[in-house]
Amino acid sequence: MTCAPATDNRLSIEKSDPGRRGLWCKNPLRAKASVPAALRRKSPLRLPELSEFDVVRHFTRLSRLNFSVDTHFYPLGSCTMKYNPRFNEEAAALEGFAALHPFAHDTCAQGTLELLHDLSARLVELCGLDAITLQPAAGAHSEFTGLLLAKAYFEAKGEARNEIICPDSAHGTNPATASMMGFNTINITSRPDGRLDVEELKKHIGPRTAVLMLTVPNTLGIFESNIEAIAGAVHEAGALVYMDGANLNALIGMVKPGDLGIDLMHLNFHKTFSTPHGGGGPGAGAIVCRRHLAPFLPVPLVKKEGGKYISDFGDGRSIGKVKAFFGNTGVLVRAYAYMLAHSAAEFGDIARCAIINANYVRSLLMDIYPSYSKEYCMHECVLTPGEDMTSKGLRTLDVAKGLLDRGFHAPTIYFPTIVHEAIMIEPTETESKETLDEFVAAMKDIHAKGLAAPQSLKDAPHTMPVKRLDEVQAARQPNLKW
Amino acid sequence: MYIPHTKTDKEEMLKTIGAASFEELVKQVPSKFLWPKLNLPEESLDEAQSAVRMAELANKNCRPLSFLGAGAYERYTPAAVKAITSRTEFLTAYTPYQPEASQGTLQAIYEFQSTVSALYGMDCANASMYDGASSFAEAVRAAVRVTGRKKIVYSAGVNPQYMDTLKTYFAHSPDYTYVKVPMKDGAMDKAALPGLLADAACLAVQTPNFLGLIENMDGVADLAKKAGALLVAAADPVSLGILAAPGEYGADFAVGEGQSLGLPLAYGGPYLGLFSCKKEHVRQMPGRIAGLTKDKDGRRGFVLTLQAREQHIRRDKAASNICSNEALCALAATVYSALYGPEGLKELAECNSGAAAYAAERLSAIKGCALKFRGPFFNEFVLSVPGNAAKLREKILANSGVDAGLPLTALYPELGEALLVCATETKTEADILKLEAAIKEAL
Repeated sequence: MTCAPATDNRLSIEKSDPGRRGLWCKNPLRAKASVPAALRRKSPLRLPELSEFDVVRHFTRLSRLNFSVDTHFYPLGSCTMKYNPRFNEEAAALEGFAALHPFAHDTCAQGTLELLHDLSARLVELCGLDAITLQPAAGAHSEFTGLLLAKAYFEAKGEARNEIICPDSAHGTNPATASMMGFNTINITSRPDGRLDVEELKKHIGPRTAVLMLTVPNTLGIFESNIEAIAGAVHEAGALVYMDGANLNALIGMVKPGDLGIDLMHLNFHKTFSTPHGGGGPGAGAIVCRRHLAPFLPVPLVKKEGGKYISDFGDGRSIGKVKAFFGNTGVLVRAYAYMLAHSAAEFGDIARCAIINANYVRSLLMDIYPSYSKEYCMHECVLTPGEDMTSKGLRTLDVAKGLLDRGFHAPTIYFPTIVHEAIMIEPTETESKETLDEFVAAMKDIHAKGLAAPQSLKDAPHTMPVKRLDEVQAARQPNLKW
Repeated sequence: MYIPHTKTDKEEMLKTIGAASFEELVKQVPSKFLWPKLNLPEESLDEAQSAVRMAELANKNCRPLSFLGAGAYERYTPAAVKAITSRTEFLTAYTPYQPEASQGTLQAIYEFQSTVSALYGMDCANASMYDGASSFAEAVRAAVRVTGRKKIVYSAGVNPQYMDTLKTYFAHSPDYTYVKVPMKDGAMDKAALPGLLADAACLAVQTPNFLGLIENMDGVADLAKKAGALLVAAADPVSLGILAAPGEYGADFAVGEGQSLGLPLAYGGPYLGLFSCKKEHVRQMPGRIAGLTKDKDGRRGFVLTLQAREQHIRRDKAASNICSNEALCALAATVYSALYGPEGLKELAECNSGAAAYAAERLSAIKGCALKFRGPFFNEFVLSVPGNAAKLREKILANSGVDAGLPLTALYPELGEALLVCATETKTEADILKLEAAIKEAL
């Protein structure tokens, strides 16, 4: 898996050799530098001193300690780890896009503004809604933006609403965002089949309710079949339906969220729209919404006027800025390249194949890893270790680590929290049948070997650069820098 | 299209599943919602056609000789940085929740945290935030949590976009009050501080400030401390190659925009929020943090740690809702810093200072133009211009293909007609002479 020498696990600073350099700055204007001594740095700057080759070798070695989508299958539920097209990277690196200063005059930014304008129009159409902001930097940041919109909307109407309703299967960011915004979160217990309980919802909904935050399909990979009744109840109470778009890959091109009664929703470009995760970011987000929420969107937006694209700062009702400058434009360029590669029908194929893949894995594994849900899933399924495994003390974590030894990234585990020992699998549409067959074989192998020799699985992984790590020590005595 | 399935694949898979058709799999979706008409192109582009379209758009952006700064700085991105960040093992990796399969990303984050701590002279740093503005807002939020106070005192030199973002973060509550420390000759009027700091959660400052001036931070932390307020400092990381580090002047939280460490301008993002603090506030840090620990065999390894602060554990009690960080940008900044090293960063900072000093010298000699302030500046400065600054900028841009800087009239009306002119190490003597000639021609 890795060919890096296992022994050389030094930090870059430990490889430092005083006097070495990788880069120079030889601009002759340096001679004009004038910073008064009183304002100067006195303490030494403790950074490594390395040659360029030292640095390249150091970080290349680190790269080889990673799993990645290009090297390993990631069946991570709710994360949509699809292939990241190479072309997207090349497009984003074009100097015309990459070198554009965020304060560039609009006349100098016509290409990027046109791109953002066209991307916006296509996304609004896919979602079946009316307006969009591309400013949020990520999914959680979008949720924050969405709730700000809701707040501004109700304030403009003179209504004081301070409650957000979330089902207990929601992503952690939903209640965290609600509380960050000063809302009270009302948790609704899901029905045994994983769906939102409409009667339970009706008990909690009222004049204090601002927003119902709903993931569609939900985090169990189940579609909210009662969505019309749900949205109806929410709208009747004068509240809004927010859709967490993390699972949009199940619907894209096949269902327009706007048709379901969704008022506003977010997008995760690093999930549905194929931009790379980069080891945790950068992502990019968006809020797509109905017309009545549009006046409150963050500024600037892009507007076309007389054949030119201009930054539009709105009519003063905007919630303001959620981020300096525009959004994560570099990520949006990648997403636009992805849009160009898909016709209307091809978007539908994404949803179709994502759903086929998830059901394929589920059907081949559910005999030994019972499925939480008894019906077909959408783009992801939630399985659990069977009693034969749990009776031997084998847990979901052990299955996850066993997969690493077999060359597969672990699925999302212990989420959603409403399922005991959850193993949440989302294959995405870009994985082939052969890869899924190999994954199924690995899961079966884990089951068989785990039952035969439980301790070995509990000690997994055996083949990775490190074994299981002491997380307790890491938290008790934090060592966070050299 | 990036889907591997052939028609046969799909049929075989449906057969294995035991479904007669795909429609059977999505029976849970009311059929009236399925397959709506989409007003999108009926044909997609092939890759070569896409390349033409993307190049066409990229070429519609013009490439002036630009003296824009104001929170985003033109840098050369070294080839080695691009080579490392385009390695797919970094580019296409997921968040390091499975540490055994993510040691590369985790160690890179640990080295990033170490780099940020070193630059800012602070005890610890997190794995990054979205950008400088969100780092700034989160630092002020942390100060509010620590002190339980809701009054925020800030210097007039804090980037106005940072303040806008902060106010958006606190938009849910009318209880927060904002008090601006007045400016004196472009810098914070320190004499005004004692009267303003009572009951404040924090004093938030930026140096070099938005107008380019270096604030003298002597005694500021003591004034804040006396009032029971924390000191939140924003600073450009490259400037810290020569300027006093926030840790040296007693900051409790220190933040910055990491784009400055060699990331492309990219019309505003993705950028990199730098966030660091004193160790007593470590549990107030938002977002991800990597820590060093040992594996079962006693070998060194890295994990995400102190996760009890985070949304996926604490849900509505979390320190912040942040989930994504900017890991790949953090990697780029770490590689950039390692390539330059302590001497190189000092040199880089001095080249910035020198280029801006030369530009100021030349431009202030133009008849009708003048430096607005006398104080020391880093890599940008305010130039008073005759007539309308925004119109002057447009004229120079159209005539000479030079972007002379950001008109300040809308952001700081009190400064009169002025441009914020920035010269980083990418600007040569010839570039600056071209700017000088362009301004002269337009006046």
